[in-house]
Amino acid sequence: MFNTTDILETIRMIDNENLDIRTITMGISLLSCADSDLSAACRKVYDKICRLAERLVPVGDEIEKMYGIPIINKRLSVTPVSMLAAVSGGDPVEYALTLDRAAKAVGVNFVGGYSALVQKGFAAGERELIASIPEALSRTERVCSSVNIGSTKAGINMDAVGQMGQVILDAAKATRDANCMGAAKIVVFCNAPEDNPFMAGAFHGVGEPDCEINVGVSGPGAVRSALAKCPDGDLTEVADVIKKTAFKITRMGQLVGGEACRRLGVPFGIVDLSLAPTPAVGDSVAHIIEEMGIEVCGAHGTTAALALLNDAVKKGGVMASSHVGGLSGAFIPVSEDAGMIDAARSGDLTVEKLEAMTAVCSVGLDMIVIPGDTPPSTIAAIIADEAAIGMINSKTTAVRVIPAIGRKAGEELEFGGLFGSGPIMALHNDRSSEKFISRGGRIPAPMQSLKN
Amino acid sequence: MKAVVTVVGRDAVGILAKVSAVCAEHNANILDVSQAVLSEMFSMVMVLEISDLTKDFSALQDDLSALGERIGMKIHTMHEDIFNAMHHI
Repeated sequence: MFNTTDILETIRMIDNENLDIRTITMGISLLSCADSDLSAACRKVYDKICRLAERLVPVGDEIEKMYGIPIINKRLSVTPVSMLAAVSGGDPVEYALTLDRAAKAVGVNFVGGYSALVQKGFAAGERELIASIPEALSRTERVCSSVNIGSTKAGINMDAVGQMGQVILDAAKATRDANCMGAAKIVVFCNAPEDNPFMAGAFHGVGEPDCEINVGVSGPGAVRSALAKCPDGDLTEVADVIKKTAFKITRMGQLVGGEACRRLGVPFGIVDLSLAPTPAVGDSVAHIIEEMGIEVCGAHGTTAALALLNDAVKKGGVMASSHVGGLSGAFIPVSEDAGMIDAARSGDLTVEKLEAMTAVCSVGLDMIVIPGDTPPSTIAAIIADEAAIGMINSKTTAVRVIPAIGRKAGEELEFGGLFGSGPIMALHNDRSSEKFISRGGRIPAPMQSLKN
Repeated sequence: MKAVVTVVGRDAVGILAKVSAVCAEHNANILDVSQAVLSEMFSMVMVLEISDLTKDFSALQDDLSALGERIGMKIHTMHEDIFNAMHHI
């Protein structure tokens, strides 16, 4: 029935290889809270979150204990707040303050959904919401924000891209005394998934049920250590080892998600089978790539290795879960990955190489600290490049860059906790993109045939 | 319902007895034990029936972890579901 080797393997994965459930995220629809009176809407939002998520944290703790598997974060994602702001009008920051209070009341560490979906254009309240993001993030502790500025079906809204360049810079400035943390809580998406449990880009899409549980698993350490036992295998064998490990990791996510839903009486959404690194030693995606035989993450061959990894993780995980969704794949957040931090410090990993890597990984340019004097048009151009990769390849891409106000390339920014610490990465090309960004308008949606 | 207890650490006299005593105290029936000693390192895997515990499962977990700390061994007590999920299709 039980095999001692299997039992000890599970315990080793948890104890020594940092295997964990990264997050249990409860998605809550706030559509029923819309009200033309701003303070009434805020009251409904607070009440609904407290009612539905009241038991989320205690249930997470119970399951953690029962199975002996760490559940690192309990979080909330809500309907994009721009939809409530459209109904009520008024200052959207009130919603951010309400979400922050509700998050503290139920004990979750983040709530995502201070968001707007503007891939094709701005609806009522969306420009105001986007403009209020820097203030909202500087006045709250646990609120995360995301904006979807493009999609394969709609093209890229370049007016929004231009605005986001400025918003990111302003958010960094507004939180200058807190290591520019504001910018670390903004994600700019192309093809944003509506059921993503990972922060800072989580929001509860309009097609989702009233309330659901989405689970994000992790385990780069377990994959690396499985690969270490296959030092001379060819890449077919490497892919197989990754698939098997991803299967086991995902099964655990499925088990925990199912149990959480049963105890909370909420439907199960998806398992997001992502390899999400942490700054802890032995929990790095870069180290998996290095284990495959790339001397330092960022060297030639990195993109191919990452493509193999990303695909094998999905293949292994898909069969292990009844519903897979979210971002699913390998994350490459620079400041949250010990191996990437080292590679960025030594200059082996550059922003340009990271951009290429994002074409084959699950998300995009993530947790990259850039010099504080970067012009907003250049940040917007980085977003446009990344969104173009996502739009053309029908995949999710995102940008989360942190302008380190008052600092230059080569210095470091210390966020602490899961956010890690980031070496400030130089942008090697300082030529202007100003004219391109200031044109605004919309990049048309791409052809879906003639794929060359 | 079953639980799996694993005990790992330096070999000493009476480990099995002490772990079993805690199980008995909680009315956890021991269904299976497998142990090995490799160059002074002791490892034991024990399967318990936990349907009729006198207190709840988390109390048993707490008592076994506390015992582990007292005798310098690493003791994990986990519900069987996690092993079934990870290792069986």
